[in-house]
Amino acid sequence: MLKIFEQLGGFLTLMYSAFSKPEKAQMYWKETFRQAKDIGVGSLPIIAIVSTFIGGVSAVQFAYQFRSISLVPMWWIGSIVRKGMILELAPTVSALLLAGKVGSNIASELGTMRISEQIDAYEIMGVNTPAYLIGPKIAASVIVVPMLVVIAVALGIIGGWGAGLLGGFFSTTEYFRGVQDGFDGYDVFIMLVKAVLFGFTLSSISCYKGFTVQGGAVEIGKSSTQAVVLSSIVMMIVNFFVAFLLL
Amino acid sequence: MIEIKNIKKNFGSQQVLKGISASFENGKCNLIIGKSGSGKTVTLKCMVGLFEPDEGTILYDGRNITDMDFHARKDIRREIGMLFQGTALFDSLTVEENVQFPLDMFTNQTAAEKLERVNFCLGRVNLPNTNKKYPGELSGGMKKRVGIARAIVMNPKYLFCDEPNSGLDPKTAIVIDHLIKEITLEYNMTTVINTHDMNSVMGIGDKVVFLHEGLKYWEGTNKQIMEITDGELFDFIFASDFLKDLRRNAKY
Ligand SMILES: Nc1ncnc2c1ncn2[C@@H]1O[C@H](COP(=O)(O)OP(=O)(O)O)[C@@H](O)[C@H]1O
Ligand SMILES: [Mg+2]
Repeated sequence: MLKIFEQLGGFLTLMYSAFSKPEKAQMYWKETFRQAKDIGVGSLPIIAIVSTFIGGVSAVQFAYQFRSISLVPMWWIGSIVRKGMILELAPTVSALLLAGKVGSNIASELGTMRISEQIDAYEIMGVNTPAYLIGPKIAASVIVVPMLVVIAVALGIIGGWGAGLLGGFFSTTEYFRGVQDGFDGYDVFIMLVKAVLFGFTLSSISCYKGFTVQGGAVEIGKSSTQAVVLSSIVMMIVNFFVAFLLL
Repeated sequence: MIEIKNIKKNFGSQQVLKGISASFENGKCNLIIGKSGSGKTVTLKCMVGLFEPDEGTILYDGRNITDMDFHARKDIRREIGMLFQGTALFDSLTVEENVQFPLDMFTNQTAAEKLERVNFCLGRVNLPNTNKKYPGELSGGMKKRVGIARAIVMNPKYLFCDEPNSGLDPKTAIVIDHLIKEITLEYNMTTVINTHDMNSVMGIGDKVVFLHEGLKYWEGTNKQIMEITDGELFDFIFASDFLKDLRRNAKY
């Protein structure tokens, strides 16, 4: 128990120094941009593939359920896929995928830098290392994760459409009537709140785990696994509270 | 000149440095020698501020860094260059970007000025035309050269090298040693080098501090070191019985 508080204290101190004033803003922008590109471009393929299929599966499942209740019109599927993707599926699935990909990547990159004394090398030059190495990663993640989630929603909806056409559940016009029907901006707001919080949680926990590694290659492996597990759990808790408080 | 006075450092219950005092002179290669685990790296890291000593003072030309605040310490760091044992090159950056990094971060030079300085430093360590390579593509000796170029790019007054020839073949090791010595003389730097290599001691050891079990056991020049005939330092220098016999039977 004491260890948890110790870690929490260490985490908060590190976050505080990660957002202290940069020496040279231009260098920080450059690094943030580089990180954003890394996180965004690197994760796009897997998020695109997974969310397209999730949209597809949702459409197929609802069509299967609706067939037994003949009162429900098939065009509702468009509305259900949209709502499901925006409110829960796109943010959550993206979060978990990103924890596996970006989280472990960040933790092992920083861990390697720590073990190979690269962080010491920055330190010796007089660089504020938490600010330079962590700040841009968190900023990039907070910017990029919402973008990825928006893309996931769009591809999920397209996936549902494709699956529906393939199975002959509805026509294109029917589906998109459903997609537009009862659209609520508040859902998008919830989605963005989730995405921003996930982006922060994921990157900050992974940075903390990587930055504070001690030991060697084995510890780097362990810390990146811990980064994935811990950030997934925390994100799901955050997810619950957002739903609980804002819906 | 850098002076350290009564430096102590513990890790948990392990006393690593038990009160070390020494001075390191300007324009000279000052060597800290000792067995593996004797505390050389910890001493160096305390000196540059990567570790906080538990006790003691560290004076950079009279300026005590142990009671400096964060900002004053940062200013001193601009005067320090360091070559790490594993070189610690930034592996996501090219050779040129590595050497240029301190210039990017701390100066307002134009791109052309920075490139000129980078090329000068890379030329000085005899590494022309490797600018666009990544550290992963370089040999051990080349990495050390890039490390030195990066350490001197800001024109430091103080240069620290942790085992500069570890992992190098004997010939390359000597070349790197002499490069460090030349640069020290050229720029009149205060250079502190950790090593356990007797070739370095004899080759460039203007001043030698021998650490043993967390204490300074001996201090002198590389000329004086050969007069030693017994004790811990003798054991360290003439590590094998074969060498010991050779030394004892030699007539001077
Ligand atoms: N960060 C650290 N945490 C705990 N113990 C350390 C740390 N760094 C060094 N030590 C211990 O201090 C002692 C001296 O280490 P070091 O200075 O690296 O020796 P060397 O003379 O080979 O450079 C060793 O016993 C090492 O285990
Ligand atoms: Mg060492």
